[in-house]
Amino acid sequence: MTQIFKDSDTDLAHKAKWFTGRLAIYGALSLWAFVALFPIYWTLTTSFKKAPDVMKGAMLPWIDYGPDWLGWKSLGLSPATIGQDSTVRAEFLGRFMNSLTISVSASILAVILGSLAAYGLSRFSYKFLWMRNSDISFFFLSQLILPPVVLALPFLVLYKELALLDSRIGLILLYTLTVLPIVVWIMRDQFAGIPTELEEAALVDGLSIWGAFLTIVLPIALPGMVAALILSLVLTWNEYFFAALLTSTHANTLPVMVASQTGSQGISWWSMAALSWAAILPLIVIGVLLERYIIKGMAAGAVK
Amino acid sequence: MILWGSVALFLIVGLLQALQAGGHLDLGFRNWRPTLYAYALMSASLCWAQVLIRGEQGKRVLFVLPAVLFVLSLAIIPLVFGLIIAFSNWNLSSPLGRQFNGLDNVRQMWGDPFYWNALRNMVWYCLAILVEYAVAFGLALLLNAEIRARKFFRVAFLLPLMLSPVAVSWMIGKSMTEIRFGPIARLARALGWDNPSFFGTPEMARTTIMLMDAWTYIPFMMIMLLAGLQAIPKELQEAAKVDGARGWRAFWEVTFPLMLPVSVTALMIRLIFKLKLADIVINVTSGGPGGATDSVTSFIFREYRDRSNVGYGTLLAIVYLVFIIIAMLGLLKLADRWLRPQT
Repeated sequence: MTQIFKDSDTDLAHKAKWFTGRLAIYGALSLWAFVALFPIYWTLTTSFKKAPDVMKGAMLPWIDYGPDWLGWKSLGLSPATIGQDSTVRAEFLGRFMNSLTISVSASILAVILGSLAAYGLSRFSYKFLWMRNSDISFFFLSQLILPPVVLALPFLVLYKELALLDSRIGLILLYTLTVLPIVVWIMRDQFAGIPTELEEAALVDGLSIWGAFLTIVLPIALPGMVAALILSLVLTWNEYFFAALLTSTHANTLPVMVASQTGSQGISWWSMAALSWAAILPLIVIGVLLERYIIKGMAAGAVK
Repeated sequence: MILWGSVALFLIVGLLQALQAGGHLDLGFRNWRPTLYAYALMSASLCWAQVLIRGEQGKRVLFVLPAVLFVLSLAIIPLVFGLIIAFSNWNLSSPLGRQFNGLDNVRQMWGDPFYWNALRNMVWYCLAILVEYAVAFGLALLLNAEIRARKFFRVAFLLPLMLSPVAVSWMIGKSMTEIRFGPIARLARALGWDNPSFFGTPEMARTTIMLMDAWTYIPFMMIMLLAGLQAIPKELQEAAKVDGARGWRAFWEVTFPLMLPVSVTALMIRLIFKLKLADIVINVTSGGPGGATDSVTSFIFREYRDRSNVGYGTLLAIVYLVFIIIAMLGLLKLADRWLRPQT
């Protein structure tokens, strides 16, 4: 009786090779996950360190050092100080609200304008002077290439004349402009994926173009719009260059506050760490919860 | 009827602007706000008129028109305005206001070593994209492999993209590379580099900036490439396997050519983002040492902060834009020619 099912030497070698392959893949994955996550971890732990702990470069809380609310206390956000008045906290919350209003309104505005334009471009054919559909699309997308510096100084002067300097509306308009091409790009793809028969049926049923758009197409395209919205939110929340240039006291956003602290308080590592972490926290939450949409949004244009 | 109303609005706007610009009449306007409102009203009435005049066709136009008007008024008008102030000496803090100075700015730019230096740096920064692309491709392949906990790794890999560059520049640039206790510095010391200074020499500083920027944006390319990989039909790879292509050969002869279009898109978009690079430079090194890390954007930013000369800065920015457009057109042509035989 010969044994039929016996692992031959080549089979074993194959298995070993497969196993090392797995090991290499997981090793590489873990390494990069470490690289990606460590700075976030480091900042969080630093915000709980006292001066000597920072100098020692302590890594692990409770083992290397005793965590303390030092960083958060200086922000007025620790359990002990949350009930008291704190000018820093007031400033932080003010900046936070600025960032929130500006990024949310700019993103919503961009998604509305961009979706409408993308829908129009994907459905109807226009002739505007010499420009046809592809030209208009290119007109929108070419805004991507425009580096912000080119607009920055003219905007500075124009806003000064219009008394929009250091105002939220000014930043909202500008941010809308910067994310608009991205929204158009994503949404054009989304609408192109929706069959036109749907609207044709709706038109036969007596709906107007806008009615068909609002009641039939919009609900289908909603996930794509959410993706575009979140991507714009991330971009506008993080924007620093324009905010630093165009605001001074009232409409400062969070990145500007973080940046302005770097110079003056370079020594109090813990408070800087707390501030940075508070600034990136909303994005981490968004990133973890809505990762699906972000990936969808970014992948939209990549694969045609 | 309503058409005449919109025309009347045009006229009101014109009148307002004339009154303002002339400066003869003091109507008590402290700024140009009223003109802005009139402009917004005019745009709105223009949209409205489309519907009333052209009916159904006008309703279609209404989809695109608001966005077109928005971009026109916020991008094209400032751009034209920028062209005008580029040829003037305009120090915002001086009472003299704008003075036309012809080609003086061009001459000054020609002899400005720091500007050319910044442009050269940008070339270096852009070349770094190729390395980022290789890493991103590797990561996308890893994520596309059959692995467990894919969601965890995807979120972890994505997070750096979400963080604001300003926070990143503090977290990594200031804190983690701090010579005495920063973990990266300690790691470098443990690996045998006695005196790790990441911003000491020009080359080192530039590399550090590149690495930080790469850290933020590698996820971006990675996700686009991952989407591309997932769109490749499984049959193709299996067919390649049947034909005996394994490992590297399967990758180079099947996967990579299929990924070319996606790769070009990802590289282009990454390039566009790279050209805006400024936040990290401004916050970590502010261009130092000796301008070695300056990007064009950060250079113009400092130029404005130091001398508040709007005219010169605008000229530099517009020249930069011209360079970008030329380079982009060239690259697009190249990519087009390169891709065509494949399809």
